[in-house]
Amino acid sequence: MTAVVPTTTLAGSSKGGVRAFKNSLATVLVTAAFGIALIPLVWLLWTVVSKGLKTLTQSGWWTSSQRNITFRKPGGGVWHAILGTAEQVLLCTLISVPIALLVGIYLIEYGGGRLAKLTSFMVDILTGIPSIVAALFIYAVFITTFHGQRAGIYVSLALVMLMVPVIVRTTEEMLKLVPNELREASYALGVPKWKTIVKIVVPTAFSGIVTGIMLGIARVAGETAPLLILVGYSPDTNSNLLSGFQGSLPGMIYAQVPQLGNTRFHYAADRMWGTALTLIIIVMGLNLVARLVARRSKVSN
Amino acid sequence: MTDQESRDRERARAMAEREATHASDTPDDYRGNADPNGVGVIPSSSALATPALADAPVSGSGVGAFGARGKVRIGDKVFRYLTAGAGMFVCILITLVAVFLLAKAIPSIANDKVNFFTSRAWQVSGSTLEFGIVDLLWTTVLSSVFAMLLAVPVAIGIALFITQYAPRQLARPVAFVVDLLAAIPSIVYGVFGITVFAPKLHGIIDFLNRYLGWIPLFKKQISDPGTVFAGGIILAIMILPIITAIAREVYERTPRENVEAAWALGATKWEMVRLSVLPYGKPGVISGAMLGLGRALGETIAITLILVAPPSGAPFSPSLFYGGETFASKIANAAAEFNNPTQTGAYIAAGLVLFVLTFAVNAAARIVVNRRREFS
Amino acid sequence: MTERKGLRVQINRIGIAAGLTLGAVALAACSSSGSNSSTSPAGGSSGSAAAAACFSGSLKGEGSTAQKNAIEQWITDYQTKCSGATVNYNATGSGAGVTQFTGKQVDFAGSDSALDPTKGEVAAAATACGSPAYDLPMVTGPIAVAFKVKGVNKLTLTPSLIAKIFLGKITTWNDPAIAAANSGVTLPATKISVFFRSDASGTTQNFEKYLKAAAPSDYTDTPSKSWTGKVGSGKKGSDGVQQGVSGTDGGIGYMEWSFAQNGNLGVAQVDNGGGAVELTAASAAKAVQSAKVTGTGGDLTLKLDYATKAPGAYPLILVTYEIVCSKYADASKGTAVKDFLSYIAGTGQTGLTDLGYAPLPDTIATQVKASIAKIS
Repeated sequence: MTAVVPTTTLAGSSKGGVRAFKNSLATVLVTAAFGIALIPLVWLLWTVVSKGLKTLTQSGWWTSSQRNITFRKPGGGVWHAILGTAEQVLLCTLISVPIALLVGIYLIEYGGGRLAKLTSFMVDILTGIPSIVAALFIYAVFITTFHGQRAGIYVSLALVMLMVPVIVRTTEEMLKLVPNELREASYALGVPKWKTIVKIVVPTAFSGIVTGIMLGIARVAGETAPLLILVGYSPDTNSNLLSGFQGSLPGMIYAQVPQLGNTRFHYAADRMWGTALTLIIIVMGLNLVARLVARRSKVSN
Repeated sequence: MTDQESRDRERARAMAEREATHASDTPDDYRGNADPNGVGVIPSSSALATPALADAPVSGSGVGAFGARGKVRIGDKVFRYLTAGAGMFVCILITLVAVFLLAKAIPSIANDKVNFFTSRAWQVSGSTLEFGIVDLLWTTVLSSVFAMLLAVPVAIGIALFITQYAPRQLARPVAFVVDLLAAIPSIVYGVFGITVFAPKLHGIIDFLNRYLGWIPLFKKQISDPGTVFAGGIILAIMILPIITAIAREVYERTPRENVEAAWALGATKWEMVRLSVLPYGKPGVISGAMLGLGRALGETIAITLILVAPPSGAPFSPSLFYGGETFASKIANAAAEFNNPTQTGAYIAAGLVLFVLTFAVNAAARIVVNRRREFS
Repeated sequence: MTERKGLRVQINRIGIAAGLTLGAVALAACSSSGSNSSTSPAGGSSGSAAAAACFSGSLKGEGSTAQKNAIEQWITDYQTKCSGATVNYNATGSGAGVTQFTGKQVDFAGSDSALDPTKGEVAAAATACGSPAYDLPMVTGPIAVAFKVKGVNKLTLTPSLIAKIFLGKITTWNDPAIAAANSGVTLPATKISVFFRSDASGTTQNFEKYLKAAAPSDYTDTPSKSWTGKVGSGKKGSDGVQQGVSGTDGGIGYMEWSFAQNGNLGVAQVDNGGGAVELTAASAAKAVQSAKVTGTGGDLTLKLDYATKAPGAYPLILVTYEIVCSKYADASKGTAVKDFLSYIAGTGQTGLTDLGYAPLPDTIATQVKASIAKIS
């Protein structure tokens, strides 16, 4: 078999024994990488699940808020936080996805111009904005300058700045992988460019883009820094994004942290792990749904 | 060995079969899967594509094509403006952020009594401002680069394992578990890191210190678990799912032709991976790694909870087994007490440096990616 | 207990279905029968103001983390009593509280230090309110010097010793200077590990003010919200310091009393010159009695006498304030603040000991109530 190898790359390692050894070594290494990664992953997940599960099965966890609950009391639930996070993230996603998709399409399909280069450069910068700086920016604009009252909506806006670059970058990467021939075949049939993009290019890259959106959601759903600056944490249910303090899952976790070392009352610590597990389950559930959607759409194409 | 050989032989047979089916395929189908960037090892695929495209318009009816073109322009224009508008929006947004950061930072930097870039001091609460970024820069870069060095090979390994090595039944759950990690909020990483994980590292730290302690990087400085070492490992776990997800996505899309060409050349599995999968996925992986690095550089809550802050004026230590503050944790630690503009400006100046740093990393990655594309 | 919990859940569900008000009523009805652990809402003497009217609507407060546990308990108890009322307190730090208050983001601020005229805070608050703002002391939070040393349960420190330990001038537990103040206690040769707050905090500022006042020759820095010492490890929050101390043999750190209690740490007795004083609610309250009111009008800014040598007074305390407008633009807010604060200053003061705070001495409590009566 080695005799058939014509290229220089393979010819360099034409000894069967060495190649087979390298092959086995690579297999071992790849499997080992996976094994090594598994240790902290499983450890972390196990910690969260084992410490959080009992809280999740408490009665009222999914349906009640933390109103009138302190670190010295058991009970209460996570409903207010789920509601707040869901609203904030949903609004953020609704704003981010169209912008990010359009930017991604612009960069790949219409790229090359000066504005495209500049935009690409700007997305790079956006990627580098730490969440706390994004939050400070939104604070300076909407609250210091326009005298707004802190509210959930501003958290959404700060999260947009974190979510957009994640989706743009994955969209770009996925659009690049769509074969040019597909586009050209479509043009050849007289299909306009925009229609080609909307009906052929984007659907082809759809599953990858959905992965990007999911990464984006996972990125922002657990984000704590903007919550600290842009909205107060409320243990009460508040469904109004436009005014008042609002509970959220990361906010609830953060609110429990000071009592983690408490040796007399463990309720806050239990609640923290429970909230973390809740957040993970919700994001994961979304992820699964998105995947199913992506798979179905792939089939229909 | 023999096992390996028989597997190779089997593959060769499968290859031949596939080759046969391809031969009966129309050229159009074949082109449909071709690699857009021409990164792959089959130069003929793009060569094949060009002539076919040249005569493609001929196949459409002339009138139809012209009629469509009239409408096309309006739709295209609208869509183009729409996308360009989105691009512009991002540009304006960043400009605003930059203006805001600069406007807040410049007065403080102007009042800085020490050199902003070379000083290690950080005294901003008194009447005179003295702040420099050396320590912050070092801790930020050390922890993030350390995290990168740990995460990237592992992420590539996992991605290869999922896409190339693992049996299908195993690949799914593995991918699921890794994705699960992306869903864990950073604050939980922080709490896990400082209460569960870091205290368990004493053994490793003592071991490395004993044998490598003569290297300043591995000299044990503090007994507290909140070291850059612990923080870096947690950061690595945090960025692992990001890099893995993207690496997986691009590896999965390695064109069949590239893979099959490698098989046809009699490559072993590793050679196939090295010749077709890795080169094809390289730009994607670099881009993913940079996303991860960007995340690590700016990570706030987890690092703030984990790292112990050395007292002001403590001697500089390059060690991994020492505490420190990153740009982000410095800002987060002070955020609650921002109550005068010049003091706040000092922290915003630190934020600005972080901003520039991450940008430089991203820009470098972009150059690497682009050069790679031109080259192949 | 389980029965009650089940009931609460059911009622809660109905509450959510039927609307917030009904839910709140039901919840309140339910948990008022359940809360019996520490506070006795019905008991205790109450002034005319503390007949605790119930406002309906919502109030927002923000600020000091030092009073977080107290105010959370007050809120819970008040909301239990007054089902139509919702009070939210966001414990982000004193500086943030003042900033948010002067920025009209919250109705009242919690702060470990009174508004500072030299920083323009008094003027800014008056502008925001349209009337002078009051600093009302509400609770005393003793700062514990907590330690963990194997075999040592009782420890006495003088201000000078505390300063020397935290500044790194004394480095081992069996130092003759420590031994001199602790006759009869066997001190080990363990190294002293100092822990301080890495985040800006009023607790740090008060601790430094104490050192500056009681041990001026040993502590010469200017007190600020950031720790200025040159040794030790910085941890985020009192919880971070608590974890640091409890994880290190030979550890010592300053933190709010409740963290020392809940973390099961030893608390040093402090000898200001009038004999060793154990930290208890009574000894802390006694130290507040020696404080002087320096505020004018309705404002009750206190000047603490950190150097007090009064026997039985624990001098290392911080007083946390609620900062409120004397006249609110929105009269309903004024009533709400008045109602809530009346409750705090009256019934709310009982039961604080359990939470690691000391109630206000009667003399000051009376003045506070008088000021609250002026709020409109």
